[in-house]
Amino acid sequence: MVQDSQTSVATVSASQTTATAVRGLETKNVHAWFGKHHVLSDVSLQFPERTVTGLIGPSGCGKSTFIRLLNRMHEFIPSAAMAGQVLQDGQDIYAPDVDAAAIRLKIGMVFQKPNPFPAMNIRENVLSGIKLAHLKVADHDAIVESCLTRAGLWKEVKDRLTATGGSLSGGQQQRLCIARSLAVEPNVLLMDEPCSALDPGSTLRIEETIKELAEKIAVVIVTHNMQQAARVSDFCAFFLTDGGPGYLVEADATKKLFTNPRDTRTADYVQGKFG
Amino acid sequence: MSVVPSFEATPEQRELLVIYNRADRIFRRIVTSGALTSLILLGLIGTFLFVRSAQIFNDRGLRFITGSNWTAGSGDGVIPDDFSIGPMLTGTILVSVIALVIAMPIAICGALYIEFYAAARLRKLLSTLLDLAAAIPSLIFGLWGVVLFTSFGERWSIFLNSRLGWVPFIKVQAEVFGRSPFVAGCVLASLITPIITSVSREVFSRTPRDLIDTCYALGSTRWGSIKTVVLPFGRSGVIGGAMLGLGRALGETVAVYLLLNIVFRYNFRILESEGGNIASLIALKFGEATEYELKALVAAGFVLFLLTLVVNMVAATIVEKSTRRK
Repeated sequence: MVQDSQTSVATVSASQTTATAVRGLETKNVHAWFGKHHVLSDVSLQFPERTVTGLIGPSGCGKSTFIRLLNRMHEFIPSAAMAGQVLQDGQDIYAPDVDAAAIRLKIGMVFQKPNPFPAMNIRENVLSGIKLAHLKVADHDAIVESCLTRAGLWKEVKDRLTATGGSLSGGQQQRLCIARSLAVEPNVLLMDEPCSALDPGSTLRIEETIKELAEKIAVVIVTHNMQQAARVSDFCAFFLTDGGPGYLVEADATKKLFTNPRDTRTADYVQGKFG
Repeated sequence: MSVVPSFEATPEQRELLVIYNRADRIFRRIVTSGALTSLILLGLIGTFLFVRSAQIFNDRGLRFITGSNWTAGSGDGVIPDDFSIGPMLTGTILVSVIALVIAMPIAICGALYIEFYAAARLRKLLSTLLDLAAAIPSLIFGLWGVVLFTSFGERWSIFLNSRLGWVPFIKVQAEVFGRSPFVAGCVLASLITPIITSVSREVFSRTPRDLIDTCYALGSTRWGSIKTVVLPFGRSGVIGGAMLGLGRALGETVAVYLLLNIVFRYNFRILESEGGNIASLIALKFGEATEYELKALVAAGFVLFLLTLVVNMVAATIVEKSTRRK
């Protein structure tokens, strides 16, 4: 573990903001609206590289909205608005001269439902991002093998790379989707409840994959599963809503948040008393 | 102690009975009769046309389709009746294909614009207007098209001829433009574009949102995700819409009747001032037809009926094949 477990990821001290920028992803006072509806209020968090951060909290507290803000997917929802800053390696990704497509290339995303492209086979699915972003790659076979290996799927599919993605099981499909995201070599991978549609075996398999990924990149994962958050994440951020916009209650090293949180609501939630 | 299941004894299988209750029985009859009605109508039309035109097919055989004359005899046998629809059949296909070739790119682009580029309020307005346009009777379109396209079409024809005159089917014999299959095709294209756009937009809008999002999350442009996800997903629906449009174009009467010089000669030069289609032939000849000629017209209608059936069956096969691959 690179990060000191005592480091709080929630509070950004003044010295940090002016001095060296965080390698990885960082949000500063982020708000989100849909039309006039204020759904997320004042979230400041850091997602350093080589860490896994879990976003937890009851439904409707703005976790998914927040994670979609991190790679500019938020703006695809009509009437969506935001305030604050999202910094990637210190660069504001919402700056006017920034190409959103280039940002999403570096900050990948895996969705709740496994969704391989139906018209493509396994190999084409892995390479789809390279084709979409017009990346120049010398050795396609090597990419396919390394991405599927990192996603923990290579051994199961190496003999049937031309089968359709739909012929795989749900868990395999989700790992294919992870491999697809990895092919464009993102620095950050966002996962919005990636295991909620999967069986326990596949879930464990994907959690191993997440830990391996975090040896190189930053992973942010939304989950409703407390055990999963405890197993897989280095840091956790707890979101809550009191009927108004969602907000960040506290963020800390996962171990601390689960054993000795500062806020009683956090303690109640991680112990399953509500949510 | 663990229980080991025994697979040796095969129990007797039970019949799975479906018993409909009263409400379901009544409803089932209603929907069944609804489904049967359209089938019976189709059968009745086919039978009527075939019976009324059997004599023609008997007398003339394949010549009815391949021949290129439509001459009413003198009645005393000096000049024999000579009815065949060859040029009208090819004309029907030619004009419809021109219409489809013009309408398809416009319709697909229009549908993509409305669904993926237009602002939300504009999108609602446009799709409502489009559905309205698709419901306008073809007669109105025909009249409008005739007035508009006789002047525009002539200019476009001159332009096409000057730039692409070396292409065989665009070449003209004499430099007379207007009243050509191309102009008729333009009018038909404007007639069928709304329905194709409307259907295409509908299927494009059903593309799973998370697949489009996935493309964006992979660093794709809007066009990239349309190409990767939306077009493959909507393909069968677009083909279906095109077939609806083609069906309208094949049977279109008024526009062609008013626009084309109906000439009984095989013509594949789309800018030449002659042509015709089966429907316009029927409209032209019906009023003063002899009894025998009337049968020939019904026979022509029967051929048109078969043509649309075949087109729709081919379309259904294409749609089925392209959906099965997924």
